[in-house]
Amino acid sequence: MYEAETIDIAVVGGGHAGCEAALAAARLGMETVLFAISLDSIAMMPCNPSIGGSSKGHLVREIDALGGEMGRNIDKTYIQTKMLNTGKGPAVYSLRAQADKTRYHEEMKHTLEKTPHLRIKQAEISEILMEDNKVTGVVTTSGAIYRCKAAVLCMGTYMKSRCLTGDCITESGPNNLMPATKLSQNLLDMGIRLFRFKTGTPARMNRNSLDFSKMQPQYGDSDIVPFSFENTPEGIAREQDLCWLTYTNEKTHQVIRDNLHRSPLFGGLIEGTGPRYCPSIEDKVVRFADKERHQLFVEPEGENTEEMYIQGMSSSLPEDVQIAMYRTIPGLENCEITRFAYAIEYDCIDATQLKLSLEFKDYHGLFSAGQFNGSSGYEEAAAQGLMGGINAVRYIQQKDPIILQRSDGYIGVLIDDLISKGSKEPYRMMTSRAEFRLLLRQDNADQRLTPMGHEIGLISDERYEALLEKERQTGEEIERVKVLTITPAKETLELLEQYGSTPIKSGVKLADLIKRPELDYEKLAPLDQERPELPAPVREQVNIQIKYEGYISQQLKQVEQFKKLENRLLPEDLDYETIQGLRLEARQKLNAIRPRSMGHASRITGVSPADISVLLIYMEQQKRNG
Amino acid sequence: MLQQANFLDDIIAAISTPLGSGGIGIVRMSGKGCIPLADTIFQGKKKLTEKSSHTLSYGKITDGPDGEVIDEVLVSVMKAPHTYTKEDIVEINCHGGFLVTQRVLQALLNAGARLAEPGEFTKRSFLNGRMDLTQAEAVIDLIHSKTELSRQAAVNQLEGRLKTEVRQMRQEIIDMIASIEAVIDYPDYDIEEETYDSMEQGAKKLLARMEKLLAGADRGKILREGLQTVIVGKPNVGKSSLLNWFLEEDRAIVTDIPGTTRDTVEEYINIDGIPVKIVDTAGIRETGDVVEKMGVEKSKAYAEQADLILMMLDASRPLEAEDREILSFIDGKHSIVMLNKSDLEQKLSLEELEQFVPKEQILFVSVKENTGFDALIDAIKTLFFSGQTATADDALLGNTRHKNALYQAKEAMEHCLVTISTRMPEDFISMDLQDASRALGEITGDVADEEIIDRIFTKFCLGK
Repeated sequence: MYEAETIDIAVVGGGHAGCEAALAAARLGMETVLFAISLDSIAMMPCNPSIGGSSKGHLVREIDALGGEMGRNIDKTYIQTKMLNTGKGPAVYSLRAQADKTRYHEEMKHTLEKTPHLRIKQAEISEILMEDNKVTGVVTTSGAIYRCKAAVLCMGTYMKSRCLTGDCITESGPNNLMPATKLSQNLLDMGIRLFRFKTGTPARMNRNSLDFSKMQPQYGDSDIVPFSFENTPEGIAREQDLCWLTYTNEKTHQVIRDNLHRSPLFGGLIEGTGPRYCPSIEDKVVRFADKERHQLFVEPEGENTEEMYIQGMSSSLPEDVQIAMYRTIPGLENCEITRFAYAIEYDCIDATQLKLSLEFKDYHGLFSAGQFNGSSGYEEAAAQGLMGGINAVRYIQQKDPIILQRSDGYIGVLIDDLISKGSKEPYRMMTSRAEFRLLLRQDNADQRLTPMGHEIGLISDERYEALLEKERQTGEEIERVKVLTITPAKETLELLEQYGSTPIKSGVKLADLIKRPELDYEKLAPLDQERPELPAPVREQVNIQIKYEGYISQQLKQVEQFKKLENRLLPEDLDYETIQGLRLEARQKLNAIRPRSMGHASRITGVSPADISVLLIYMEQQKRNG
Repeated sequence: MLQQANFLDDIIAAISTPLGSGGIGIVRMSGKGCIPLADTIFQGKKKLTEKSSHTLSYGKITDGPDGEVIDEVLVSVMKAPHTYTKEDIVEINCHGGFLVTQRVLQALLNAGARLAEPGEFTKRSFLNGRMDLTQAEAVIDLIHSKTELSRQAAVNQLEGRLKTEVRQMRQEIIDMIASIEAVIDYPDYDIEEETYDSMEQGAKKLLARMEKLLAGADRGKILREGLQTVIVGKPNVGKSSLLNWFLEEDRAIVTDIPGTTRDTVEEYINIDGIPVKIVDTAGIRETGDVVEKMGVEKSKAYAEQADLILMMLDASRPLEAEDREILSFIDGKHSIVMLNKSDLEQKLSLEELEQFVPKEQILFVSVKENTGFDALIDAIKTLFFSGQTATADDALLGNTRHKNALYQAKEAMEHCLVTISTRMPEDFISMDLQDASRALGEITGDVADEEIIDRIFTKFCLGK
């Protein structure tokens, strides 16, 4: 062992959580070191080659709005991009981009390297040093001691991980990387509870061995929307690559059924809990036996590689079965598998041990973020990394932590769910988890969060002022459209007829026409001679805010009710055992979770409205006893 | 969400007079904004918001803005902070007995108030600093014991049809949500999307079921609180005989309410499980068999507030002006007309009578011969329980809180139908459905979001 150096913040792990945590910490002026077992795995995407998607796209926009890196990085490295759900309401529009995996990694690594106060080091951390339940340092397997004031754990799926393909089990992290074998025991010794989770990934194949004439091409959008609010469509425009769609068939399913006994999943070799939303093809065939075919998307892994990712067909069947089953699929008859599908098992923590700031309740200065907290997905990880990094800084600076509420963003929903419910399987973000989703749209993430990002110190004055200008223009235009009267002139009636809209008999406010389902702000432009020239994001805001005004104000009212309890904070050291009138179950749950607010307490399963009443009275008593 | 809104300064309402004590019933409301809320269903000389604090106003309470008049009332307005809860308080003094008081409460709930939790006025009083610290423990006990009681009651209540029915409806709603959400979360997958027409049909069916349950709730209320029944008719047509028949010993349940005078002794009559409560039995009895003095005016006053009007006519005499007057005001109410003395020669014109009441509500009885009463029992059952014997199931939705939640679910479904008919995108339909499922979850105690996600993945084959 030797004393290496003294820093402010140690970030353990270089995946999507670790990168955001380290960048946020360093950008806020902290001397930060990011440790990764292999620097070639920084921001690696070991599974699907894409960023975003339904609700995950929201997370990326929010990360960007707060001053995180993921949005900028995917804008630099995307090879196809698409706005999903445009046929639905604005709440569920979602951005998704196919990434060039290698370039994504390179760009992120380079950004880390160029960031002042931030250094990256190839090392495995085996021990967290604590004094009086306070983090004082981290130790590498080679014996280097880094003294620090705070540490953020972002170990992803590397903790005592093992990969399974049939009965072939390798003690390895994702993609054959070295697992972290020592830290688990150290955490257990500290008294931290661990779970064992499982996930999986499909095979990769050489593009030249596939017959795309048997598949359907999947195109990107021609009008693109960048992930980062800093970018413009023109600024990031580039030629896009194709993805492909094909299907499994009865032959595929037969091969799988014939070989089920060789699957570690069905043979009992896998101990971990797998996610419902990431079923292996074995799972799909067994659980949906009457489904004649399953969709598969064949997606490029990057521009400088021939490898393709087979989305929809993750598996842990043995290699020979995999070859047989993939080759039953149209276009894949001669497929050359470059990497076989595998399932992976890993240690992660029971996230109810954390506060909403992502700090461990019992260990000061020790933060945890990402898949290690029981989530899944690059975006979920990055969102937690960003918040963990920010709050580690604030812990050192002795400032109040930044907590996003459920009404502030998907990030708030994600962390609140993880910390209050304690996931029994890897947690995936879904739009239905966000009760205020009409307010938490991807288009207004900047309006929701950039002021906060500015206050934290991750958003420049320039960017903040651009936001204020956007809001000013939006407000003015909404006012104008609300008072502007459209008369039933000939061109008005013609335009209405063109869109199958009921003719008007007398003057109508433009705003009221925008509200009609078959019309919108853009369609009505010909009737609006004095319309100022406005940027696309402003026009989009005007349209959405007018069109869905009734529904939006309804949700705003719900948020107002919601916040009343959210804003009543509970002391961290409150001993619920001593509170007379609380039911036993409530006492135990409250003592275990130690909620931050009355609202947080009310979401814990096993805490009833009566218990909340008792708590309210108890708190009032305490206040008066002063 | 609904649960969470329940604790701080929203507007709460409850009946603050004990059940069954008769006479005046007081509905109390507390919370910021409760005075303008009361104004939406109050008709008086002045708006309540214009009145000064601690004043009493005379007026009428209507069933919603521009709705029918429920009762004539006295309303006291008390402004914060010099009130029991230190919040604005409105108290509505109703005169129409318990059922009317209930309707006034329901009107306030419909207007946006929330039913108070047990002990909640006292809790607020404490939280707002009015009560002494030593009283806090008593408040906790109160919350605890009452909740425990209602929890036990709820457990009993939820056994049986209501629970099954609400769960089923909720499950169907969650199924609909899952179908919409699966498409949203997995836009690339070829999931069969529900059409607007099929969603509309589904929503309409659910709405109808909710309405039926709510109607059952009114029946349940009758079962718990008694069918307020008034016997009207000219003097000497046999009203007291009918009463006596009702009060045969094995039918009558006489409850002495301590501390009340003989006048308000309530008598319930058990008719095949339906508790019938005859209004002003004492009045009828006192005037006795000799001369029945209950005049038209008094009959009218009672009939206004009754659930059921039983009118006695003398079949052996033609209709007189007084009869016609009574007949005209019972028109449109739940009523049964009994032609007494049907053993004698009939002089009353049925044709004329049928202009006032439908044929099936006219019965021939003979008090003297003791005939025709079985038909009366059947007629009452037909009127209130569609011919079926009342069962305990009808009482299931007794809890006003449950009814409130069901009412909210119904409103969400109605909103959902508007959303569907205006062809808003599916995710808006899903939001309305989620409101409905949350409201129903209040009754069954279930929380939805994990269930929705479960449903998505059991119903559809999705994921990488």
